[in-house]
Amino acid sequence: MAELLQHLVNGLVLGGTYALLGIGLTLIFGLMNVVNFAHGEFYTLGAYVAFAALAWAGVHFFVALLMAIAAGAALGWLCEVTLLRPLRSESIDTTMLVMIGVWIAMQNGELLVWGGVAKSIPHPFSTAPLVLGPVAIAPLRIFVLVLAAALIAASWLLIQKTKLGRAMRATFQDRDTAALMGVGIGRIHAATFAFGSGLAAAAGALLGPVFLVYPSMGDLASLKAFSVVILGGLGNLPGATLGGLLLGIVEELGAGYISSGYRDAVGFVIIILVLLFRPSGLFARQERIA
Amino acid sequence: MTRAGGGLLAAAALTLPLWLSSAYHLHVAIMAGIFGVLALSLNLLLGFTGQLSLGHAAFFGIGAYTSALLTLKGEWSFWPALAAAVVLAGAAGWLIGRLSLKLRGAYFVLVTISFAGVISLVSVNWIELTNGPLGLPGVPAPELFGWSLRSKTAYYYLVLAGIALSYLVSARLVKSRIGRAFVALRENEPLAESVGVDVTHYLVLAAVVSAAMAGLGGSLYAHYTRFVSPEVFLFTYTVTMVVMVVAGGKGTLAGPLVGAVLFTVLPEALRAAASWQWQMLAYGVLLVLLVFFLPRGIVPAVQALRGRDAS
Repeated sequence: MAELLQHLVNGLVLGGTYALLGIGLTLIFGLMNVVNFAHGEFYTLGAYVAFAALAWAGVHFFVALLMAIAAGAALGWLCEVTLLRPLRSESIDTTMLVMIGVWIAMQNGELLVWGGVAKSIPHPFSTAPLVLGPVAIAPLRIFVLVLAAALIAASWLLIQKTKLGRAMRATFQDRDTAALMGVGIGRIHAATFAFGSGLAAAAGALLGPVFLVYPSMGDLASLKAFSVVILGGLGNLPGATLGGLLLGIVEELGAGYISSGYRDAVGFVIIILVLLFRPSGLFARQERIA
Repeated sequence: MTRAGGGLLAAAALTLPLWLSSAYHLHVAIMAGIFGVLALSLNLLLGFTGQLSLGHAAFFGIGAYTSALLTLKGEWSFWPALAAAVVLAGAAGWLIGRLSLKLRGAYFVLVTISFAGVISLVSVNWIELTNGPLGLPGVPAPELFGWSLRSKTAYYYLVLAGIALSYLVSARLVKSRIGRAFVALRENEPLAESVGVDVTHYLVLAAVVSAAMAGLGGSLYAHYTRFVSPEVFLFTYTVTMVVMVVAGGKGTLAGPLVGAVLFTVLPEALRAAASWQWQMLAYGVLLVLLVFFLPRGIVPAVQALRGRDAS
């Protein structure tokens, strides 16, 4: 029982960051119809920015997190404006190939800049775990979970309560009608891509100190993000949140009780099963954004 | 291409080992040939039916492992092992095609990636069978009527035969009724369906032939490098195939071969000038540039140029 609780808590921490990754991707995928294979690279970028800010500049952890989000959003915006905007009328395969190119270029750029050796991010938290009854949890992990929850709530507020969010929802439902009502589609796409990339970078900056930072870490992050999107349904923000938590917990249970070698297979299996048997996602009746 | 041009090209390919002085150049030619088979294989799905499979390394890897395991542990000789690799990869293509070809676009892509990911993890973790990450060394070189095809020159001709076979199968297929059905599905699926093209049947057929061909490439690779490890499932292989097909010209027969030669020779030529990371970085940038400036590929661009000259 204690072991099960411990797995659930660990899964929740992982799941919170998976949810952040998934929300970013589900917005980009759902709203722009872009299969963003470079999503994980923004996660990596966030982790390296956090590393530079904490290890070299020695700034506060919150500042490092904000710097990572800003860097991810800025590069995401640039990506949308220079590469995706000219191709907006092209097929989904075309933009997918471009994003595969961006992915390969970014990952090897990171390898050139940072080298292939994994780095650990210094953090100000005590490494002694807090013991709460049967469960032991490192303070850093609690901090990660709380921040992830705060960012998820902030995303939800942005989508539901702001003018930008309303324009995003309108664009998702019907791009042409939204454009006719005066929504600047170009601006919305750029904002969506920047927002999604910023969230991915935040996930990287949060999980970076928990694990290690290395150039190919984004590959698995992309995979998890896609699993979360497929679990939750396209453009479905609560779906992505629940999907992320579910994926984190199932992975942790699978690694604990079945085999840690197959931990990363959980994401693949979820993609296959959900797409084959319930293609609109577990939590949605139809595709939607909100 | 004109008949004379084709004949010249065939003559050049047949006499290539005489022109290439060093074993290294012959090695590059052999690798280009193996990738030629793989690119032709992906082209059947991506180029003719319009379905982008990003799990193609799975069929390549299944072919490589089948052939390596049967010759190493089953002590089969090369030829039946090659046939088994082709059949097993084709069967995997049938299974994955049956399951996933009701999906389209991004969802099909994601399912193919996931299948490849699962198979790759199995190859790492099923240590009793695959020897895990350490891989299977000592895959034997093929023999033909008691002659070993161990030398690079002999292997070059074996690979050339593999390309010729893949090319002929592709050409026969796409110029037949079946090929016209493929193209009809690519261009307008509802319309094709309305005139009686059985969508699933033809797409699964394309997946089976394509996967079997990738299995052939995998077997040729295993017995050339004499070593198979989970790296055969690397996504890089799939991306390389996609780049070759898209750059050469998807939906043409010559395009994948042009792409395979170009993208095997080019990285090798760059190797002296730049490190592996710079090469891969250039690869990514090149893929982006290709989509922007040569969206239909080299072969169609050249054909368009020649057409303009003629008129």
